[in-house]
Amino acid sequence: MVFFLPVKHDRLQKRARIVQTIRAYFIESAFLEVETPQRIPLNAPEANITPILSGDWQLQTSPELAMKRLLSAGYSNIFQISHCWRNEERGRNHLPEFTMLEWYRTHCDYTQLMTDCENLFRYLLPQGQFNYQGRSITLDHPFERLSVAEAFSRYTDTCPQQAIAEDRFNELIAFSIEPQLGLNRPTILYDYPKELASLARQKPGHPDLAERFELYIAGLELANAFSELTDPEEQRRRFRKEANIIPTTSQRHNPLPEPFLADLQKMPPAAGIALGIDRLVMLLTDSRSIDQVVAFCPDDL
Amino acid sequence: MYSCSDLKKGLKILIDGEPHVIVGFDFTKPGKGQSLYKCKLRNMVTGSLFDRTYRSGESFELASLVESDMQYLYQDDTGYVFMDQKTYEQIVLTEEVLGDDKYFLVDNMEVKVLMFGDRGIGLTLPIFVNLRVTASDPWVKGDTATGNNKPASVETGYTLQVPAFVDEGTLIQIDTRTGEYVTRVKE
Repeated sequence: MVFFLPVKHDRLQKRARIVQTIRAYFIESAFLEVETPQRIPLNAPEANITPILSGDWQLQTSPELAMKRLLSAGYSNIFQISHCWRNEERGRNHLPEFTMLEWYRTHCDYTQLMTDCENLFRYLLPQGQFNYQGRSITLDHPFERLSVAEAFSRYTDTCPQQAIAEDRFNELIAFSIEPQLGLNRPTILYDYPKELASLARQKPGHPDLAERFELYIAGLELANAFSELTDPEEQRRRFRKEANIIPTTSQRHNPLPEPFLADLQKMPPAAGIALGIDRLVMLLTDSRSIDQVVAFCPDDL
Repeated sequence: MYSCSDLKKGLKILIDGEPHVIVGFDFTKPGKGQSLYKCKLRNMVTGSLFDRTYRSGESFELASLVESDMQYLYQDDTGYVFMDQKTYEQIVLTEEVLGDDKYFLVDNMEVKVLMFGDRGIGLTLPIFVNLRVTASDPWVKGDTATGNNKPASVETGYTLQVPAFVDEGTLIQIDTRTGEYVTRVKE
């Protein structure tokens, strides 16, 4: 027997209850729970996400493409809780295999998803408050809304565009901004430079910005959301750009997920969000490491 | 060459031609962004500590370090001279590299020297070393401020606290990990 498993019993029990509560929330909110294949021919090409191969196919890095194809076929409000895999991501807040909650709504934009986040947390914690690593976090509505530009001006010596030009954007977000976010109440960091959201819609009237937000609590990045891009040609161009950054072993271009691009033609305006269940459980069980909230880590197997 | 995903605590890597050990390690990845590997590094030659963040795609080389059995010979103007027990080659360790370990070196002592190429960058002493007390004031009865201990110097110039009954000329055993008195040595 593995010695640490009995110690994890309480956390794993709370984890099960959290997942059950999430499911109840979405069912009550008239969402349809869906299941899509976790082993797929091709993920969306993303420069900084490496899929794990499974035979000639790949394990999903997120259920995004399949869920959007359901939207194209007329499904409106859908959610899924599934395992996702991302190669070589391992740290205090990262597991290469993790559990993701994704939900999508049609005929709305990312602001509706911000409200969804507020409502989901209130449903999970009716008392409206919890403690994490010695901090009291209040869930009063509305959550703090902070644009990426405001965050840079508040916590760094530069602006997002300059940071991208100097190739410092990731470091500044990771080391200067993220640790400051959501310390007393959740923070919604919104409106990213368009370069950093290859699947998101451009903000109307702001050609440099994408309608994307991330939810932060206690410095932990919990969810990533978009108003979805529905233009197949623009999507193809952006995929091509991302795919060109990914090293390829052959002389040919990296392939693109063609069935998804074909279906995107029929997708109505929509917004979607992915929330890391393991990190949510970390927060709600006051756990310092993601290892504490799963039965087994890769190192235990 | 190694890639960033190989980085971990305890790994010894080469930066600007110098060996460094990773003493702190944290993986992070801002949403949709690059993997960042935040390392706290100690330069194994100078001992200096600093932070460095590696990004996915960067590569590095391991520092090739060998521990050799050596014998301490003597000290001269260049530093502390040791002889490799296998090759009989002599190398010199500087006072900077030795730090307080210099106080525990006895002629002909067998030690392990950490070698980086042909440079000695570290020393592992035997756990216990015997040194003779060269100076210690007689203990004043009734002086309870220091308990039953009093200061003493040994032949290498090192000073430490010893029990009241230890006189000048006594051979004592010292724990080189803590620098503390262990016992009197019967001669």
